[in-house]
Amino acid sequence: MDTLTTRPAVAEGEPAAPQSLTSRRIRSDRAFFGIVSSSGVLVLALMVAVGVFLSYQAFDALQARGVAFFTTSEWQPDRNVFGVAAVLVGTLLIALVAVAIALPLSILTALFIVEVAPTWLRSTLVALVDLMAAVPSVVYGLWGLFLLQGQVVGVSRWINSWFGWLPFFKVNGADPTSPLSSASVYSASAFIAGVVVAMMVMPIQCVVMREVFSQVPPGEREGAFALGSTRWGMIRVVTLPFGRGGMIGGTMLGLGRALGETIAVLLIISPEFVIKFRVLEVGANSVSSLIALRYSEASGFELSGLMAAGLTLFAVTLVVNFTASWFIARSRSGASSEA
Amino acid sequence: MTSTIDSMGQREGHAAQEATVPAAGPRTVLPARPTATTAAPQRRAIGKISRRDVLDLAGALLSAVCTTALLFGRLTPLHGKFGFVVVGLAVFLLTYTALVALHDEKPAVIDRSMTVAMAMSGLVALVALASVIFFVLYRGWDALTKANFYVNDLSATGPSEPLTSGGIGHAIVGTLIMTAIALVITVPLGLACAVFLNESSGRVSKLVRTVVTAMTALPSILAGLFIFATWILVLGFERSGLAASIAMSIMMLPIIIRSADVVLRLVPGNLREASAALGAPQWRTVWHVVLPTARSGLTTSVILGVARGIGETAPVLLTAGYTASLNVNPTANPMVSLPLAAYVLVKSGNDNLIARGFGAAAVLMILVLILFSLARILGGRPAGRLSKRQTKRAAARSKGDIARIDASRSSLPEVTS
Repeated sequence: MDTLTTRPAVAEGEPAAPQSLTSRRIRSDRAFFGIVSSSGVLVLALMVAVGVFLSYQAFDALQARGVAFFTTSEWQPDRNVFGVAAVLVGTLLIALVAVAIALPLSILTALFIVEVAPTWLRSTLVALVDLMAAVPSVVYGLWGLFLLQGQVVGVSRWINSWFGWLPFFKVNGADPTSPLSSASVYSASAFIAGVVVAMMVMPIQCVVMREVFSQVPPGEREGAFALGSTRWGMIRVVTLPFGRGGMIGGTMLGLGRALGETIAVLLIISPEFVIKFRVLEVGANSVSSLIALRYSEASGFELSGLMAAGLTLFAVTLVVNFTASWFIARSRSGASSEA
Repeated sequence: MTSTIDSMGQREGHAAQEATVPAAGPRTVLPARPTATTAAPQRRAIGKISRRDVLDLAGALLSAVCTTALLFGRLTPLHGKFGFVVVGLAVFLLTYTALVALHDEKPAVIDRSMTVAMAMSGLVALVALASVIFFVLYRGWDALTKANFYVNDLSATGPSEPLTSGGIGHAIVGTLIMTAIALVITVPLGLACAVFLNESSGRVSKLVRTVVTAMTALPSILAGLFIFATWILVLGFERSGLAASIAMSIMMLPIIIRSADVVLRLVPGNLREASAALGAPQWRTVWHVVLPTARSGLTTSVILGVARGIGETAPVLLTAGYTASLNVNPTANPMVSLPLAAYVLVKSGNDNLIARGFGAAAVLMILVLILFSLARILGGRPAGRLSKRQTKRAAARSKGDIARIDASRSSLPEVTS
C-alpha cells in the first residue's frame, strides 16, 4: 500500500507533516454502523450480564462458606454445610474418562480421513463425524442408559477383576472372584457416563484435528515419501509434529464440552456427594447434574450456592477453552482452523 | 524396499570402479549395466491390492472372531456384546501384525498395522453412530408407527394406557415455537454482530470477539440457570416457552456469531476492495457483496446453531417447565419441547411412557438429521462459489443491467461538441 501513495512535495529541511487519512462517513453508512455496532454492544452487554449476574448471585454463598466451599463435599444448604469438592472432582473424572476414550479414537479417525481414506469415502466420513457432533445429547443419554450400560458393566467387571489393585479401578463391595455377584455395583458409574460423553467429545476433537492435519504442507509430505518413508513414517515425522498444536487444542475443546455436559450424565449416574476416584463404582456426580437436580426446590440461599457451583464450572471450562485456542493459534497451522 | 537396495548396490559398484581407475583424472565413469536387465524391466504395480494383503486381512479377521468366541464363554468368564467387540478388535490387530511380520520388515509391519488401526477407529466411530441411530429408532418404533403419536398430547392419557392413545404433538409444537422465537432473536442479532466484528477493527470489536469466544464455553445449563434466576425469580414471570427460547438464544448466540465470523472472514478482500473502488458506501458493500458471497456459509452456521439449540435439554428443563397438554401460547403456562419430553418420559419408569420417550427422541433426531442434511445441501460451498442455478440467475441479472445501462444511455441528452 505504502508504495502506491505519492509523497507530497516537502520543502528542503522540513520534516514531512503526517497526512491525515480520516474521512467522514456518509449518512447511510453512519446509520449502518449504528445498527451493526449497537447489536455488537448488545451481545457484549448480554454476555457480560450473564457473567456478572451469576457472580453477583453466587456472592452470598461464597461469602457464607469462604474457602470451605471448595473443600466441602457435602451439599446440605439447610445446615449451611455445602461445597463443590465432590461434584467438581466427579465432573473432572467423567470428563477425563471421556477424553481418555475419545482421544485415541479421534486422532486415528482424523488421520484415517486425511491420509488413508480414498476420496469417495472421505467426504462421507467427514459428514458422518459432523453428524455425530449434531446428535442431541439426550439421544446419547438414552442410548447410554438403555443399551450401553448393560454391555459396559461386563467390561467394568473385567477391568476390576484384573486391574482392581489400581486405586482407580477398585470397587467397594464387589466380589470379582464370584461370577454370580451382583452387577449393580458397576452400574450408574462415572465410567459409563464417561463412555457416553466420549461419544459427544470424539467428533469435536476429530473435526479440529482433521482441519489441522489437512493443512500439512504437501512439500514436506512428499519430501518424506521421496526419502523412502512409509505412510506411517511420514505421519510420524511430518503430520503429527505439524498438527501438535491442533491436537492439543482439539483435545481441550473436547474436554470443555465434556465438563459442561448435563443431560446424558444426569440420565446415567446415581448422584452421590463423596469425593472418590473409583471410576467403576456405582455413584458419581457432576456440577451440571447437581444444578439440574436441585434448582427446582432450592431456596434463595441454595440457589446462590448452585450459582456458585455453576460459576466454578464456568471458570474451569473458560480456562480450558482459552488454553485450547491459545494452543491452536500458536501452532504452526495457525488460527485458521478455529471453526 | 527393493529399489533402495538396488541403488545402494549401484553406488557401491560405482565407488569400487572409481577406486580401480586412480590416475585417469576427473572422469565420469558410467557403471556397467548388468546384462540381465537389458530386457525391459517388469513394471511393479504399486497401487494394487495384492492377494497377500487380502489373505492377511481375511486370516486375521477369521482368527480374531474365532479366538474371541473361544475366549467368551469358554476360556474366560467374559460376556457382553460390547466386550466382544473391544476384545475382538484388539485380537484382530495383534493377529494382523503377527501375520504381516511373517513376511515384511519392521517399518512395513508398523505401517500396515497402523493403517489398519486407523481404519478400525473410523469404523468404530461409524458403528457407534449407527448403533445410536438405529437403537433409538428401534425402541421408538412402536410409538412412531401410530398416527396419533404425532397429533395428540398426553393430557388425557394415563400412564398405563397403550400407545394407541396420546402422543407428543404438544412437544413437537413446543419445539417448533421455541425454535422459531430463538431464531427470530438470534439470526438478526447474531449476523449483525458478526458483520460488526468483521467491518470494524476497533478495540470494541476485539473485546466483543473475546467475550463471544469465552461464552462458547458457557455450559448450557448455566444459560438456563441465568434465565431461571432473572426472568422467573427476579422479574417474576412464570415458566414459559418464551423463557426457554431466551435461554436457548443465549446458548445459540455465541455459536452462531463465531461460525458466521469465521465464514465472513473468508470473503476475499479483493471483492470488498472492488466494491469500494466502484464508489459503493460500506453498507452497500456489505449488503450486496459480502453477505451474498458468504450466503452459503452463513446458512450453514445458522442451521448448525439451530441443530445445537433444538437438541438442548438442560436450559429448557430449567425454564420451560413440563406439561402434558398442548400449549400454543409461549408467554404463559409451561410449554414442553421434544428433548425435555424424552427426558421426563424416560425418567418415569413406566414401559409405555418410556416407549413414548424414545419416540420423542427419535422424532428429535430425525428433525436434527433433516436440518443437518439441509445445511449440507445449502452450504458447504466455499465463499463466492455459485451453484448452477445461482450462476444462471447472476447471468440474467447482469444481462438486465446491460439493458438498463443501454436504456439510460439512450435517454441521456446527446452531447454535441
